[in-house]
Amino acid sequence: MTTRKTSEPLWWALFSAGGVVAAFLVPIHLFLHGIAVPLGWVSADVTSYERMRAVFGHPLIKIYLFVLIALPLYHWAHRFRFTLFDLGLKSLRTSVAILCYGAAVIGTVATVWVLWLV
Amino acid sequence: MNAPTAAKSRLYYPKMPATWWLRNRNYFLFMLRELSSVFIAIFLVVLLVQVAALARGPEAYTTFMRRLESPGWIIFHVVALFFALYHSYTWFDLTSKVQVVRLGGRQVPPPLVTAVNIGVWLVLSVVILLLFLFV
Amino acid sequence: MNEPTVTLKVTRYRPERDSAPSTQAYTIPYRQDWVVLDALNYIKDQIDGTLTFRWSCRMGVCGSCGMMVNGVPKLTCAAFLRDYYPHEIQVEPLQNFPIIRDLVIDMSDFLQKLRSVKPWIIRETEKPLSEGEYLQTPQELEAYKQFSMCINCMLCYAACPVYGLEPAFLGPAAIALGYRYNLDSRDQGRKERQPVMASHEGIWECTFVSECTVVCPKDVDPAAAIQRSKVNTTMDWFKSVLLPWGER
Repeated sequence: MTTRKTSEPLWWALFSAGGVVAAFLVPIHLFLHGIAVPLGWVSADVTSYERMRAVFGHPLIKIYLFVLIALPLYHWAHRFRFTLFDLGLKSLRTSVAILCYGAAVIGTVATVWVLWLV
Repeated sequence: MNAPTAAKSRLYYPKMPATWWLRNRNYFLFMLRELSSVFIAIFLVVLLVQVAALARGPEAYTTFMRRLESPGWIIFHVVALFFALYHSYTWFDLTSKVQVVRLGGRQVPPPLVTAVNIGVWLVLSVVILLLFLFV
Repeated sequence: MNEPTVTLKVTRYRPERDSAPSTQAYTIPYRQDWVVLDALNYIKDQIDGTLTFRWSCRMGVCGSCGMMVNGVPKLTCAAFLRDYYPHEIQVEPLQNFPIIRDLVIDMSDFLQKLRSVKPWIIRETEKPLSEGEYLQTPQELEAYKQFSMCINCMLCYAACPVYGLEPAFLGPAAIALGYRYNLDSRDQGRKERQPVMASHEGIWECTFVSECTVVCPKDVDPAAAIQRSKVNTTMDWFKSVLLPWGER
């Protein structure tokens, strides 16, 4: 017998990886893109379209952004799936799992697509 | 006396209320920790939309950045930041209890591992901040 | 008579006449050195002999006297009245379990789960008696000792909201016990335990609330046992997926 029967280890591994990425990297990016830049605390040279396009278009940055955005989506999916159970949605077990991980997969595809275009 | 003559006594099955997580402080903090993943996910989607706006061109980018300046979005990001920091702290705290770190045959005490993780997080954050501003 | 007193609000459930549990208040003398178990025994001896509850060693090693004291799972032999006095003390049966009578809960599900993780040394190859006992170094003992301290008091099941929501969940004590044997250097039975431990109702049901570890009177830390099992099982899973020829 193998533990391959259940796919739980895969989702848990993605959840863990996403959790690590979120723990180390999300706060500073949240602060920068969601607070500092909109509040004008960063000079216009840094936030100008040309510079941002150049920075975000760099291949290494794209890989970084993929990791930053896609992995925590699986962290959310796994956590949210179990939170819905904890709030009483046990009967819809399979549908909830498909919706959550499905959303994360869609998010991953969208991330790849957007990063391809930049 | 052999088998009891009465029918089997009725067990009482208590029901767990949907508001169980309001019952004590630790349950409530647990729920907040789980909820943090929602705020992080929403922020990342917003970030993705920002990158998409970059791809569409200068007008799309400027329009999008203007939207981020609205009070609603600022408040969202401030709240999300608190949740993200809560996630980071609880993550470092929990992983230090789970992953036993051995140095020279002895276990490193979990609070020290947590502190090191927080230190790494600080350094990474500063590095990213500097890269964002000056590269 | 100006003796200080304290009031206990105790759950009563008599299946032969009650359809649901109710609360009965008892006012008893307050003694500085008494525990809640002493109070319950005073009630049973002096006030109401029909009050039903489990207890045995009264010193925190048998695991019999677990109950909810002011909503917290506790061994009543370790819950001192002086920590609650002068307020009222609410004593209820352990949460998340069916109630048989008053403060006594049905533990058959728990016992079945303990058994299901095969909590004994499993060998692939037995040594003949002539070769002597299985030796173990102090370091090998340290590796699992903490997880062997469980007294089966079920406080962790009462504390676990996942068990409350999903009675099929294997639960903290059972998983910690299985993990204890997996870590034992004399044991070779991890694979045999995996179908139960690594099932959906096993480790994967746990969401690391960690309340089990908070209430454990023996510092077993079942939450750590569960998460470490998740790590090990996940590494096995990736090995079996990425290196399938390694499988026997």
